[in-house]
Amino acid sequence: MTFSRRRMIAGMSAGLTLGGCQKILEAGPVDALATSLDTFTMRAQRLVVPRTALAREYSLAERSPIFRANGSRTADTPEYRRHLAENFANWRLTVTGLVGNPLSLPLSRLRQMPARTQVTRHDCVEGWSAIGQWTGTPLKLILDLARVAGTARYIVFECADLFGTTPYYESIDLIEAYHPQTILAWRMNGEPLPERHGAPLRLRVERQLGYKHAKFVRGIVATDDLGRFGAGKGGFWEDRAGYQWWAGI
Amino acid sequence: MNETPPDAGAASAPVLVRRHRLSTRAWHWLNVVAVFTLLMSGLTIFNAHPRLYWGQYGANFDRPWLKIDASRDGSRGYVQVGSLRMETTGVLGAWEKDGRLSNRAFPHWMTLPSHYSLSEGRKYHFLGAWLLAIAGVLYLLWSLLNRHVMRDLLPRRGELAPAHLWQDVKDHARLRFPRGEAAARYNVLQKLAYVSVLFVILPVMVLTGLGMSPTMNAGWGGILDLFGGRQSARSVHFIAAMALVVFIVVHLLMVVLAGPVNEVRSMITGRFRLPPEKGR
Repeated sequence: MTFSRRRMIAGMSAGLTLGGCQKILEAGPVDALATSLDTFTMRAQRLVVPRTALAREYSLAERSPIFRANGSRTADTPEYRRHLAENFANWRLTVTGLVGNPLSLPLSRLRQMPARTQVTRHDCVEGWSAIGQWTGTPLKLILDLARVAGTARYIVFECADLFGTTPYYESIDLIEAYHPQTILAWRMNGEPLPERHGAPLRLRVERQLGYKHAKFVRGIVATDDLGRFGAGKGGFWEDRAGYQWWAGI
Repeated sequence: MNETPPDAGAASAPVLVRRHRLSTRAWHWLNVVAVFTLLMSGLTIFNAHPRLYWGQYGANFDRPWLKIDASRDGSRGYVQVGSLRMETTGVLGAWEKDGRLSNRAFPHWMTLPSHYSLSEGRKYHFLGAWLLAIAGVLYLLWSLLNRHVMRDLLPRRGELAPAHLWQDVKDHARLRFPRGEAAARYNVLQKLAYVSVLFVILPVMVLTGLGMSPTMNAGWGGILDLFGGRQSARSVHFIAAMALVVFIVVHLLMVVLAGPVNEVRSMITGRFRLPPEKGR
């Protein structure tokens, strides 16, 4: 590239990438508007999509040949390694917070509950999609067992995987939490849930983007205030990189 | 719209006519903001996964029909469509900013924000999308009600005749633009371009955009079927966006060729100076 072309492109960047326009967008009011659109989009989508509308389910033949694993492919802690070696025999799922009956459930207990199997599409916020079969315990059954209080507004998922020293977590509201396809999956494509996909328990919340689908789930907390978790924005990527809490689009 | 017929006796005096309604002008400039925000933030989102697929699913292990990538050492960028590979070093796949090599697909000067941030790109994209959708629906309803669509945009009888179309193509190719009263109306190629944007490209953009939303997929599965799957919807979204870029480039070119000051003024104030008839 010649010097003058470089200059020209640099000049264009100033105008076109809109150093200026970008500054306008980043300025307080516009940024505040753009951020508050998150809630507006959620309300609009909830207005036109029934709260029980089901995500599309596919046939086994329509599955991705290889289901890409993304995010944490392991929870690389000595404690997790031990659970993995024990085949998760001593893994417990705790259910706490605004519940009348706090729980600490072994996986065997979850597997005794009625299970749901679904072949669904996983859409990553990055743009790719993969289809796989999931079997797990409907979240509703677990929440009902714990007797979630009427004051609860969100369900938070605490995970065993760390990004650096920060544990992953995510949250959804009660509409998504009680949706019939929202399950804590322990099987995938007919086999025990693999480590890279979040063994032993992974949330499937089928009408939301991939980052909501918490892996390595060890705790469920019912709460009325997301501000008490992590940096307060409702999820690891929400805190770390400004991802939208509403992941329906 | 053409309220002042040009007076043959005053051929040299400029004749100003009212050309664009307020609704058209307002929508045009809102769209400039919305569409540029959408295009540039859309490229940021594309950069998160610079591959396109057909069908319901598609990820790194699947075969993309289009991908923007870099050589193993990152020094050369390329675009691959099917088995055809085009070297794009310097612009796509491998480019420099402040002397540092980047292997993002689209370069910083095309994207919004100019640094890579998927969450900010999405934030601006949805801001632009709401602006485009709300203003677009209002404009469309208003233009049907005030008969702008029927009167000015839809081709008249005879205009779609092959001979007429061919004549218009030849006139465009020779840069021979309508003069006098005819210049106040849209010619047939112009009408076809505007009608395709208004009734094909923009609706396809909105539908394929909604077709990528997992929540919308649950309620409005028909959109998925219409485009043949979520990854197909993503591909069509990209193709329609590129069609819009082509429209914008040609549109700007025609504005420059037809007299930029007069054309831009007519889109701001609504007043348009009729180019005098030749030979008078």
